[in-house]
Amino acid sequence: MRAFSYVRAGSPAEAVSQYRPGAAYLGGGTNLVDLMRLGVAAPDHVVDVTRAVDGSIGEGDNGELRVGAGVRNSDLANHPVVRERYPMLARAVLTGASGQIRNMATVGGNLLQRTRCPYFQDVMMPCNKRQPGSGCQATEPGAETGNMAILGHSPFCVATHPSDMAVALTALGARVRVAGPDGGRWVEMPGLHRLPDGRPDLDTVLTPGELITEVELPPPPRGRSTYRKVRERASFAFALVSLAAVLDIGKDGRVRDCRLALGGVAHAPWRAHAAERAALSLPASRETFARAADEELRSARPLPGTEYKVTLARNLIVSVLEELSP
Amino acid sequence: MENTEISQVTVIVNGEPRAVEVDNRMSVLDLLRERLGLTGSKKGCDHGQCGACTVLIGGRRANSCLALAVAHDGADIRTVEGLADGAGLHPLQEAFVRHDAFQCGYCTPGQLCSAAGMLAEAGPSAVTEDLTADPPLTPGEIHERMSGNLCRCGAYVNIVKAIMAVSAPDGGPS
Amino acid sequence: MTRVEAPEKVTGTAKYAFEYPVPDAVYGYPVLAAIASGRLRAFDAAGALAMPGVLAVLGGATTRPFGTKNFELALFTSDHITYRGQLLGVVVADTLENARAAAAAVRVGYEPEPHDAVLRADHPRLYRPEKINPALPADTGYGDVAAALAAAAARVDVTYTTPVQHNNPMEPHAAIAAWDDADALTIWDSTQGPSADRDTIAATLGLPPEQVRVISPHVGGGFGSKGTTRPHAIMAALAAREAGRPVKVALTRQQMFTLTGHRTPTIQRLELGATADGRLTAVAHDVIEHTAVRTEFAEQTAACTRVMYGTPAMRTTHRLVRLNVPAPSWMRAPGETPGMYALESAMDELAVALGMDPVELRIRNDPAAEPDSGLPFSSRNLVACLREGAGRFGWAGRDPRPGVRRRGRWLAGTGVAASTYPARRRPSTATADALDGGYVVRIAAADIGTGARTALGKIAASVLDVAPARVRVELGDSALPAAPLAGGSMGTASWGSAVAAACEALLKDGSPGRADTAADVAEDSGFARHSFGAQFAEVLVDPQTGEVRVPRLLGVFAAGRIIDASLARSQFIGGMTMGLGMALMEETAVDASAGCFVGLDLAQYHIATCADVQDLDAFWIDEQDAHLWPGGGKGIGEIGITGTAAAIGNAVYHATGRRVRDLPITPAKLLRPE
Repeated sequence: MRAFSYVRAGSPAEAVSQYRPGAAYLGGGTNLVDLMRLGVAAPDHVVDVTRAVDGSIGEGDNGELRVGAGVRNSDLANHPVVRERYPMLARAVLTGASGQIRNMATVGGNLLQRTRCPYFQDVMMPCNKRQPGSGCQATEPGAETGNMAILGHSPFCVATHPSDMAVALTALGARVRVAGPDGGRWVEMPGLHRLPDGRPDLDTVLTPGELITEVELPPPPRGRSTYRKVRERASFAFALVSLAAVLDIGKDGRVRDCRLALGGVAHAPWRAHAAERAALSLPASRETFARAADEELRSARPLPGTEYKVTLARNLIVSVLEELSP
Repeated sequence: MENTEISQVTVIVNGEPRAVEVDNRMSVLDLLRERLGLTGSKKGCDHGQCGACTVLIGGRRANSCLALAVAHDGADIRTVEGLADGAGLHPLQEAFVRHDAFQCGYCTPGQLCSAAGMLAEAGPSAVTEDLTADPPLTPGEIHERMSGNLCRCGAYVNIVKAIMAVSAPDGGPS
Repeated sequence: MTRVEAPEKVTGTAKYAFEYPVPDAVYGYPVLAAIASGRLRAFDAAGALAMPGVLAVLGGATTRPFGTKNFELALFTSDHITYRGQLLGVVVADTLENARAAAAAVRVGYEPEPHDAVLRADHPRLYRPEKINPALPADTGYGDVAAALAAAAARVDVTYTTPVQHNNPMEPHAAIAAWDDADALTIWDSTQGPSADRDTIAATLGLPPEQVRVISPHVGGGFGSKGTTRPHAIMAALAAREAGRPVKVALTRQQMFTLTGHRTPTIQRLELGATADGRLTAVAHDVIEHTAVRTEFAEQTAACTRVMYGTPAMRTTHRLVRLNVPAPSWMRAPGETPGMYALESAMDELAVALGMDPVELRIRNDPAAEPDSGLPFSSRNLVACLREGAGRFGWAGRDPRPGVRRRGRWLAGTGVAASTYPARRRPSTATADALDGGYVVRIAAADIGTGARTALGKIAASVLDVAPARVRVELGDSALPAAPLAGGSMGTASWGSAVAAACEALLKDGSPGRADTAADVAEDSGFARHSFGAQFAEVLVDPQTGEVRVPRLLGVFAAGRIIDASLARSQFIGGMTMGLGMALMEETAVDASAGCFVGLDLAQYHIATCADVQDLDAFWIDEQDAHLWPGGGKGIGEIGITGTAAAIGNAVYHATGRRVRDLPITPAKLLRPE
């Protein structure tokens, strides 16, 4: 680990003023310290923002929910309003990591956590995300591809985004408040996380020095919702594929609203717009759900060894939407 | 010239304030083990993937390997050495002995601190059906809530029995 | 009986290798090879030596002569790089952080050569080893297998594969090495055998054994990976000598994947032939495995087949290929673990082909003597285990049709498999003395979580006819009477024999009891000694997602006399829990293009979590055996893992109608088109 200086910031403005090239913001440390110990992250100046950003949850005037970026994951999942009105979000957070990590990790840090691709994590392996232009070991024939992306990847990067919470926020249409050297702005989700294209080194649309201060959830959508995560063991594992879903069915039995976001399939949480459009206004049936899933996965391009994720994503969409139907 | 890469921190460990000068890179785990002589907390993976380093920070279970000492100035830290009140054993420690909830013992301090933290956590888990009510602590809930503590010796069956014995001494829900 | 060291373990006062407060100690951090094959051309420590706190750097191909031909331990003497992650050097610094940072600053120059790290059934360099672990013939056979198969009414010809697996004990390998002024070395090491570790370290460093002392009272698991001396111990000793101060080293979890052994992947072909009423007429078990370029280890994967079922014709073979991989080594129940998975799965396929109950098929083929050798069994109660297990599990009336039981969105199924492990013992010494109104037993045994300290105390107390509380057991120190290592399920029998004999000697005339069982153990022959068991699994499979859950896992074992019920049950369920992980999730991936293991941490190498275990229990039947050591136990540390994966795989077939013949049984495999 590279030696670094450390400061605690007391406000977003103070944090941003402390930022310079080579600096990093520290939240709960559950991702940054991990990466620093691997040598993947090597800041020489660490700005602790756990007390710089809001650590509370409050309801807004128009039914929205404001979640400070400093809120710990476990407190988010346990909050009565989240459990009552955004159960899909609570479930997503509760399936992530372990109890210990959920106590430490912040909402802001969770959004910005980096991929768990084994080649990204090994500084001795070529990786365009760590070092643009050095290559992508995961795309070499014979590489370990079991957990790579099936949608939206590029020849330069096939990694996936590991956050469950981000998938739920993507389905719920949250937006993120960002403070930066050039002032503040809102960033919509989806839209915070990028697809890799030619710049896999850029995980998000944030520019250097920008700091997430808050996540705002719109009023909860009508209908029933859930989060389902498929993994190789019963707990404490990243998703192979996960799904955050909202389904609202009218009295006529037709789909009135459908939100679908997939995890484990792309460089960003994947909002399944094509599937949503394909299901809208049709009778809520297994047939409709299957056609919607097929519509979305038409553009899937799995690497050898990752084809199963296409089947899994399709099955999850059908199975979960059936579960959410009366 | 002042070295900005080291810091003075005071941590309250098992009720006792300890003032130390630390390399900013030092984890709370290494602070406990290498500087404060408290080797009860264990290093199993150093990356938050096994839970052997679990301690209570501010009363909440946390992986001390991912906690930077410099970021925990003033923090209240309880380790396995401080679980018991005075000379006896904490009920969890007694239950672990009675139910043979360990074999090699290396994951045990982390299991104990994690269980202590877990028992104080209300609220749902990933296996809870109704999120709006605090669920009873069934064996299934305990299995899920303790999944952040790996045990290669495979003592899980007895670990859960030991925790049940403390959380529901009269038998509890099943 | 509760474990003797329970208070220390639950209060965090039990010390493991890295934790001893050795004064003046500094830290060593390894430098590993970044290429899979080739030559080391440069090892430039200048940058590292200039970094804060650095005291010394060792490495490259220095020419210090070594007293060993062991490539893994002859550190820093060769420029030959044979696997990625090979140990090339060590940096010594005043703090852990400084040592680690400086290690990254060592500039290593390589001349890469082509690498090959992938095991294939048709690999051109497959060869037959002279012996397989521990000292068995690679190939055996009798009868005419080909003819019997050709004539068989029912035939199964299947290939099963298992991946690279890693022991991954919770305690990383660690050591503190300290030299004194007289060039004597004390090393607090994490080892399964202080005597053997001392001997190997001494021989490696060219020292007489009396000049080395290994101290290891508490070990955080080993499962075979701490059975032989590992490079970290030699590295600590060399670093301490160079630095002139004690040096502490602890491998990172990542480093453990290349420096502490692993279980070879296997490709196993099983051919079974049987009559229409289910009597075996032929069994052939052909195994393909890997070993390292410079170190040979041949896992005895088909050895179990030589023991399990009666058949007039049998063939077992083992073929190895040297690959650019770290040296494979013992991992819990080497041989039986992968071998029984394949054999017991193939037996299940035969039962299906015959339309026969799989429990009955095994009972029908229970041999009167050990099939391969013809030796009589000292005792064998597989049938009793199968019957008792079937009763407890509710096996009677099982509908054999696959894929027809539903529970909500899950398909449900059950499976059975046999377990076995050899029962042997090795020579050992021990002493017993009266002390302070009680007794003290001394033996350089190791308690790696088995409860050896407690079991040996019970054995001594039983011979001395006193309460166990009056006996203290000292172990885990090479200064104590020499003893074999904790491994091969031989610990209790080996040490127990010596402890019992020493106590008997003490009782004779009250003078200190000394025992050496070498002569006694040499008489152990003429019988086939094995423990047996039966495991039953109930699984749920979600056909939409491929998820597999195991709501019930039951084992019934026959392992001679059980010394302590609580300790035994923990060993059995511990082994079965590891077997569950093996069945469903454990795998170290091999990257063919980079020529190395990939995913080197506990987030990627999945072991069972608490949530994966539901109803998991073990029982045993009373087994009297007059041909074992006086204590009458067969060893129980390993048999638990040997039958679990097949029981689960067979249950998955019963649930889904799909036979996955490649471990682990993951969602990806269940979702693939058939």
